[in-house]
Amino acid sequence: MSTTPSAQSASTGRPGQPKAGERLADWADGRLGIYALAKSNLRKIFPDHWSFMLGEICLYTFVIIILTGIYLTLFFTPSMNEVVYHGSYTPLTNIRMSEAYKTTLDISFDVRAGLLMRQIHHWSAIVFVAAMFVHMMRILYTGAFRRPRELNWLFGFLLLFLGQFDGFMGYSLPDDLLSGTGIRFLEGAVLSVPIVGTYLTMFIYGGQFPGMVIIPRLFTVHILLIPGIMAGLVVAHLILVFYHKHTQFAGPGRTEKNVVGMPLMPVYMAKAGGFFFVVFGALALISAIAQVNPIWAYGPYRSDQVTTDAQPDWYMGFSEGLIRIMPGWEIHFLGHTLELGVFIPLVVFILVLVAIAVYPFVESWITGAKREYHLLDRPRNAPVRTALATAWLALYMVLLLGGGNDLVATHFDLSINAITWFVRIAFFVLPVVVFIVVKRWCLGLQRRDRDKVLHGRETGVIKRLPHGEYIEVHERLPRERLYELTAHDQLEPLELPPAVDDSGVERKVKFTDKMRAKLSEAYYGESSQIPKPTAEELEESTHHH
Amino acid sequence: MEKLSARRRHPLAALVALLIALAAAGGLYAAFAPTQQAQANPAQSLAIDQGKGLYDVGCASCHGTSGQGSHNGPSLVGVGAAAVDFQVGTGRMPAQQPGAQVPKKRPVYTQPQIDQLAAYVASLGPGPAIPNPSQYAPGDVASGGQLFRTNCAQCHNFAGAGGALSEGKFAPELRNVSPKHIYEAMLTGPQNMPSFPDTTMPEPQKRDIIAFVTHVTNPSSNPSYGGLSLGSLGPVPEGLFGWIFGLGVLVAASIWIAARTAKARK
Repeated sequence: MSTTPSAQSASTGRPGQPKAGERLADWADGRLGIYALAKSNLRKIFPDHWSFMLGEICLYTFVIIILTGIYLTLFFTPSMNEVVYHGSYTPLTNIRMSEAYKTTLDISFDVRAGLLMRQIHHWSAIVFVAAMFVHMMRILYTGAFRRPRELNWLFGFLLLFLGQFDGFMGYSLPDDLLSGTGIRFLEGAVLSVPIVGTYLTMFIYGGQFPGMVIIPRLFTVHILLIPGIMAGLVVAHLILVFYHKHTQFAGPGRTEKNVVGMPLMPVYMAKAGGFFFVVFGALALISAIAQVNPIWAYGPYRSDQVTTDAQPDWYMGFSEGLIRIMPGWEIHFLGHTLELGVFIPLVVFILVLVAIAVYPFVESWITGAKREYHLLDRPRNAPVRTALATAWLALYMVLLLGGGNDLVATHFDLSINAITWFVRIAFFVLPVVVFIVVKRWCLGLQRRDRDKVLHGRETGVIKRLPHGEYIEVHERLPRERLYELTAHDQLEPLELPPAVDDSGVERKVKFTDKMRAKLSEAYYGESSQIPKPTAEELEESTHHH
Repeated sequence: MEKLSARRRHPLAALVALLIALAAAGGLYAAFAPTQQAQANPAQSLAIDQGKGLYDVGCASCHGTSGQGSHNGPSLVGVGAAAVDFQVGTGRMPAQQPGAQVPKKRPVYTQPQIDQLAAYVASLGPGPAIPNPSQYAPGDVASGGQLFRTNCAQCHNFAGAGGALSEGKFAPELRNVSPKHIYEAMLTGPQNMPSFPDTTMPEPQKRDIIAFVTHVTNPSSNPSYGGLSLGSLGPVPEGLFGWIFGLGVLVAASIWIAARTAKARK
């Protein structure tokens, strides 16, 4: 610019010198190289959809959990040393308890804002895992896990998995009656592992249950090890989101090669920053309104005591359901006991989680597709995947029901035995039923889409023609909508090569290839997708009307 | 011979000896046996009569005309006045319908009528009596809490909110149960509850438990610190609340924010 020296000196006071902010930026850039980083990333485009913010909820609740958790560590003593309580909560005066429980009582009753912090921490943990769960299901239903995002799916799954366990450990730390029951449950689960179970419990508990070391150990793992790994995974997860760019739903102008949306700076900076405070505010409000884990009401843990309604937090509820519906089978063999009543639920618990973790790899193997996917599927356009995901969800939910069978019994006047039997049968039957229903549902919606594309929208306007016939007026969809409804790919099932080759020699087909072809037929065969309208069909339909 | 006849006893000597022995035994018994009040308590027998009248109308169809029980209801011989005072006083008896367990409802009889019924049932055979107020005066809350968590919480829940038992049976919630009824329940073990006689749980421990239950179920002595207690039912309602009001609110907020976007075109 052709500014005169006098004008410059008027604005900065120093002729020929850049502004203070600019100088600071230069200083920082010279040392951190942030300019290039910011240039390439600050204008990064993100698409707009409410479901893309579920991951943000996870991130923010994670941050809130860490912030409140740091506050709690300032006052919590992870020790199982026995003390006699003389604090503010008089109904426990003179009761013997561990220092862990005593300091948790102190946090709740004597530390300024301690109870609020505890409640924000705990409610955030409940919402954190719930948000990760919903986020994961969003990714699963829309096919956002497909190449190139499989690794990021695994990172996300690990975050969910670790989040669940870290939550369970946090629940175990205060050493109240509920915590102790959870730690006791853990002992039983580890003991049920054949051959090494007894050794493992001795290592974990440093001797017989409960011992003196389990709470200090859980504390270290809960506040250091797992959060450290999770923080690393969160960063990796976010870097990969940046690197892959965000997926988007098909729409006018949106292709596999671009991202249509708003730039990170300033739009998403403002939106995401604001949303953080919305999340923090909402969780603080909930924590001020509703009690969570009233440890003072449970009393200190003693291994001769137990209370009903001793369930884990919701994210471990499905494992509770597994253990509650499992018959108490036990095998005695050569002086060894195989506790199947606990070990089978333990194995199924892992399998339920592993099933969801490996799904992307199974699907990509069946599909055999080598290309990248940046456009999301509408769930109806992948009927088998949607049906499988919903069947998994049904299994998960019915196990949650089993985990809360006592409360269902008391609040709906049912017999707990009837509920248990319902869950036992539903565990096997419900996923199958749900799979069939959801797949048909998706196909129905695909037919509806096809109908809308070819015949337009029903307007509800009934017209009487001169010769007396009544017709309903259909309105053609706008071009953008037509695009949205027809943008999805329809894969062909894999074909096995002919059974005999050109020379008439029988071709050897590997078993895995046969299976893959069958599964591919199940995914993309005629019974699994409704052919979307072709350009000719669309052309023809417009001529008719 | 003289010698022999001198040693011969009179033929009636044995009889005389027996009479003397009997008289001595009877006399000693009369002297040492506790004196009995032979006269009947007219008020008591009137209560028994009136109780019998109430019993014939309200209870006999299930428990039998003389309390011997039938296939619809257990025998009441020896259950004692405390059991009647609890079952009828909390409205559980007379039962509305058979089922896994008879629930608590509004009492049908007044306290004087319950006392008459109790007097009649107590007359059928010895059993625990209705406790007097000094027996169920609240003791120490803290030790009551320990005893409660050891003996009661596995069915009644840590805060006395109740819980499920097998086959539709349940441990009722303990809110608004009077100290007398708590004492009687522990003493007699109504319906599916085990009984805790004084031999296994001495009276002072019962009084401690009463103190704890009264304390924990009363919002004025035990305010819900930290907000709504969500029924004091453990993590299940917490999870439900977290999903609906925690995640639900945040998802609603995301939808709201996403709907207010800066439009690139239009």
